Amino acid sequence: MSSFLGLNRHRVGDWVFFNLTRLFALITLLLLLGIIISLIHGAMPAIHKFGFSFLWTGDWNPPAEQFGALIPIYGTLATSVVALVIAVPVSFGIALFLTELAPPWLRRPLGIAVELLAGIPSIVYGMWGLLVFAPLFAKYVQPLLAATLGNVPLIGVLFSGSALGIGILSAGIILAVMTIPFIASVMRDVFEVTPAMLKESAYGLGSTTWEVVWNVVLPYTKVGVVGGVMLGLGRALGETMAVTFLIGNMNFFNGFSLFLPGNSIASALANEFAEAESPVYTASLIELGLILFLITLVVLTFSKMLLLRLSAQEGKGT
Amino acid sequence: MDLHSYRRFKNRLALTVSMLAMGFGLVWLVWILATTIELGIAGINLHLFTQMTPPPGSSEGGLANAIYGSVMMVSIAVAIGTPVGMFAGIYLAEFGKHTWLGSTTRFVNDLLLSAPSIIVGLFIYELVVARMGNFSGIAGALSLSLIVIPVVIRTTENMLQLVPNAMREAAFALGAPKWVVIGRVTLKASLAGVMTGVMLAIARISGETAPLLFTALSNQFWSADLDKPMASLPVTIFKFAMSPYTDWQQLAWAGVFLITIGVLFLNIAARFLFRAKHKQ
Repeated sequence: MSSFLGLNRHRVGDWVFFNLTRLFALITLLLLLGIIISLIHGAMPAIHKFGFSFLWTGDWNPPAEQFGALIPIYGTLATSVVALVIAVPVSFGIALFLTELAPPWLRRPLGIAVELLAGIPSIVYGMWGLLVFAPLFAKYVQPLLAATLGNVPLIGVLFSGSALGIGILSAGIILAVMTIPFIASVMRDVFEVTPAMLKESAYGLGSTTWEVVWNVVLPYTKVGVVGGVMLGLGRALGETMAVTFLIGNMNFFNGFSLFLPGNSIASALANEFAEAESPVYTASLIELGLILFLITLVVLTFSKMLLLRLSAQEGKGT
Repeated sequence: MDLHSYRRFKNRLALTVSMLAMGFGLVWLVWILATTIELGIAGINLHLFTQMTPPPGSSEGGLANAIYGSVMMVSIAVAIGTPVGMFAGIYLAEFGKHTWLGSTTRFVNDLLLSAPSIIVGLFIYELVVARMGNFSGIAGALSLSLIVIPVVIRTTENMLQLVPNAMREAAFALGAPKWVVIGRVTLKASLAGVMTGVMLAIARISGETAPLLFTALSNQFWSADLDKPMASLPVTIFKFAMSPYTDWQQLAWAGVFLITIGVLFLNIAARFLFRAKHKQ
């Protein structure tokens, strides 16, 4: 009898434990839905008042209760694009160095050093960027850029105007430093899954290291590389504190120069949300948050699917 | 230049550029750490830990209330987030590997892991602050706990998967039910790994500013009341660093020094803990 009881107790234990773990997994799943629903709910007053024109109106005027998302959306995209233009080639170089070039004893410490860049809190990047980087950037780098790239037709307009130190370009540069570790570590990981046999065959045919990486490793892992870039983009879009310090928080559009200050969705939220008085103001900011969340979800989903495709391809064997 | 030397030249060039890229990455790390240490150490003294955040212009003052608030909110967040994350992680690794719920949750968890943290702040604002009617320390702790959960889920699942199946089978063969096998065998075998995840989560939330801005807000005075706005190191640094007052900026550098050293220490310690355990 007692052994039966023991068995029953175990069955109950199993049942409770299983359902407990399942409950928490379900809670995590519902968290995502909960966030979306609560943001939609919070944004309702603004959605009602402005409709879809919220997306392409460039007017952000709290006293007149007139709100449009265009300037913050532009700032978010512009800083992220600047960040990717710098971070993608650098990350590729770092991944190449860590997988093909560095002596094995150096790979681990250097890998950790790059990961530590990701560990530094964004508030530190922000404060350092504003008080240390921006003054130097305005004094030495911006005049140099204006004198060189500023004279190139077409892209010259991006590097014109007065050197303030803060602005879309410097926010983008700090953002690049922050996204490099994410992109570089994905690239390194996917480079490492390239079958050694493929690489050795290419080396056996007399290829140089660069030719192996460019013609064998990169084509084999391109899906994963794009996935890594998308992951970096997802991070860059929502990065808040560093951008808030450096972007200048200006809600007017004065031209396409990257030297100009602007505003991003995340920094508009960080600066204005706690002080927003009227309900429409608060709701407009929440709608900005909703837009940001949906954009990053799409980007991150895309990234995740690409990375999954690479690991499925790996499973098929070569 | 013949083809052979052209190819060699191209290879040299590419490898040099890749080395420069590595250097580019390291320069920022060294530069940021050097400034933080140089400017931060100057501000480290006993007042930092005993006095409250000062009004602008006074030469006295410390960060005691901000440090206390941070420790408090981080502790509560970890206390809430760790069990939730561990249970969900156990489900993903031990029960739900091939179920609909398992794969969906895994996917969603990866999205939450990289989702902007300021959105979490908005969510808790809507859920807690807007209903309670005021900013509060508990709202801040809750929003941090939502950042802990995905980190702990991810590491728990990964660590449980590293446990060899032979260990599970041995325990089952002795007649142990599944929950005992998981609790006494697999979880125990992966404890170091799970602890690593918790440490990384603490490192991550210690510097988080965005989710606290409109949940815990800040507080210039000492407040241990979780129903009231609560100061925290990151938000205080934000406020002080953006201000034009040099004594506030000095305090902010000291705060940045504390956070950076703490976070880097946790990051490195977590790696060593994990490696020491898995070398055996």
